[in-house]
Amino acid sequence: MTISRKDIEKVAVLARIRVDEEQVSALEKDLGNILDLVDQLSAADTDSVAPMAHPLDAVQRLRPDEVTETNERESFQAIAPATENGLYLVPRVIE
Amino acid sequence: MHNKSVAELSRDLESGKISSVELTRQFLGRLEKEDEQLNSFITITEEQALADAHAADEQRAAGKATPWTGVPFAHKDIFCTNGVATTCGSKMLANFVPPYDATVTENFRKAGAVCLGKTNMDEFAMGSSTESSYFGATANPWGLSRGEKRVPGGSSGGSAAAVAARLVPAATATDTGGSIRQPAALCGVTGLKPTYGRVSRYGMIAFASSLDQGGTMARTAEDNALMLNVMAGFDPKDSTSIDRDVPDYTATLNEPLTGLRIGLPKEYFAGNLSAAMEEQVRGAIREYEKLGATVKEVSLPHADLAIAAYYVIAPAEASANLSRFDGARYGYRCEDPKDLLDMYTRTRAEGFGTEVKRRILVGTYALSAGYFDAYYLKAQKVRRLIQQDFINAFKEVDVLMSPTTPSPAFIQGEKTSDPVTMYLEDVFTIAINLAGIPAMSVPAGFVHGLPVGLQIIGDYFSEARLLNAAHQFQQVTDWHQREPQ
Repeated sequence: MTISRKDIEKVAVLARIRVDEEQVSALEKDLGNILDLVDQLSAADTDSVAPMAHPLDAVQRLRPDEVTETNERESFQAIAPATENGLYLVPRVIE
Repeated sequence: MHNKSVAELSRDLESGKISSVELTRQFLGRLEKEDEQLNSFITITEEQALADAHAADEQRAAGKATPWTGVPFAHKDIFCTNGVATTCGSKMLANFVPPYDATVTENFRKAGAVCLGKTNMDEFAMGSSTESSYFGATANPWGLSRGEKRVPGGSSGGSAAAVAARLVPAATATDTGGSIRQPAALCGVTGLKPTYGRVSRYGMIAFASSLDQGGTMARTAEDNALMLNVMAGFDPKDSTSIDRDVPDYTATLNEPLTGLRIGLPKEYFAGNLSAAMEEQVRGAIREYEKLGATVKEVSLPHADLAIAAYYVIAPAEASANLSRFDGARYGYRCEDPKDLLDMYTRTRAEGFGTEVKRRILVGTYALSAGYFDAYYLKAQKVRRLIQQDFINAFKEVDVLMSPTTPSPAFIQGEKTSDPVTMYLEDVFTIAINLAGIPAMSVPAGFVHGLPVGLQIIGDYFSEARLLNAAHQFQQVTDWHQREPQ
């Protein structure tokens, strides 16, 4: 299955990964090979099969609505690239 | 000392033959020297280890020792260790020092074990050779002894190589598509991937959340059992953790194997499996017959779809999990970002390696509008068919056995030009992760001087039976005791 240059550019935007011109052809080839492998799935008959997200079909556990965690913002922000007044600093979003 | 198992070291410490501080010094000295050519460790925590060893000796003096008190080991660099760099083999987290411990880390700490450092791995656990690590490849000690640069397997290649080279008697590891079992096989050590949900994933950096599982790596089945005793258990901090009692995995190691019904999936004795590998593995299975087991052929009809299903599901889940790495709160941030979008796109382009980016892009594609049904949903349906194959097989037999890998350790660089060639390494291991069942790899001999692994697969929560089967095999064979020169 071939993946087009346009598809790669679109997916790179969705994944927020910058892909340069020179990298696109290598990606076309590599992703194309992976999608060829994946196309084998279309041969399987899955008409009456439910998708399996969890091996034991477990569901999300619930717990009582009680506060159990402590605020550790300082220790978590100690490893941040840039902070101010307890906020994370990032470059301005372009208008 | 370095040749001793966890069980043996535990007894030596208990009898006072050696102190934990002295033992730790010996291991650290050897580790620092030998790891130069192996590169199995990313971080060696010398000071902390000696402090922990000292504390362990005090615990013992106070009568509070456990089987693990004072025993040296290592953590795969995917488990968060409070105050100690946890890189996941990536530039993205090269400067990441977690402010908390993974549950697995905490469990070993509470047991009094002495962590010597963090082992090397494929970046974000994506790989089968440890060649994609930002910190360079790890060498397979069996290759080194032949003057060759062979891979230790991956993604837990650092843990496998360190155990094989006797730098540590045990190391934690993780398995999403075979990443414990395949490196264990290639390095001639014993590894186990437990049932999904048996070991907490809290603090274990996520790759594919429905497939990831932390597990054990050591030279003997008994040591794996000792490790699993510490690692297994319900954890309220992991929403996928299963609430089920943890047996003492060492208590049933010596059950006789008479009447054990072994199934050999015919699909796993075909394809690109070499004749020499097959012969070695069938020889190992004959040992089981001598121990009283019966063997029959079974079928896993959807086995050939496993790799395809995995390479939709795993990358899709990875694309979601790795979206947190954006340069905002921790880890790598690109220099002089001109705006927020530039920060995201360049941080991720520069911080991630090639294979990781490939998988994120494939995963994003598979989940995008217009493709979700054809890819992700389809793969999850095929996943249920694969699971059903195993459920059916376990109605007729107790365990399944197969080779762990199609061939022994390959030369570095041999499989890196086409990603799909590397993916096919996991052909016998991957379906097990899709189904969520437990499996082990046990040393079963050599082919052309390189180790060969026997895979033992069990039903949900049958880890005790797998360890028992592996232990009994290791009482009548000595493959697991062979040491690379």
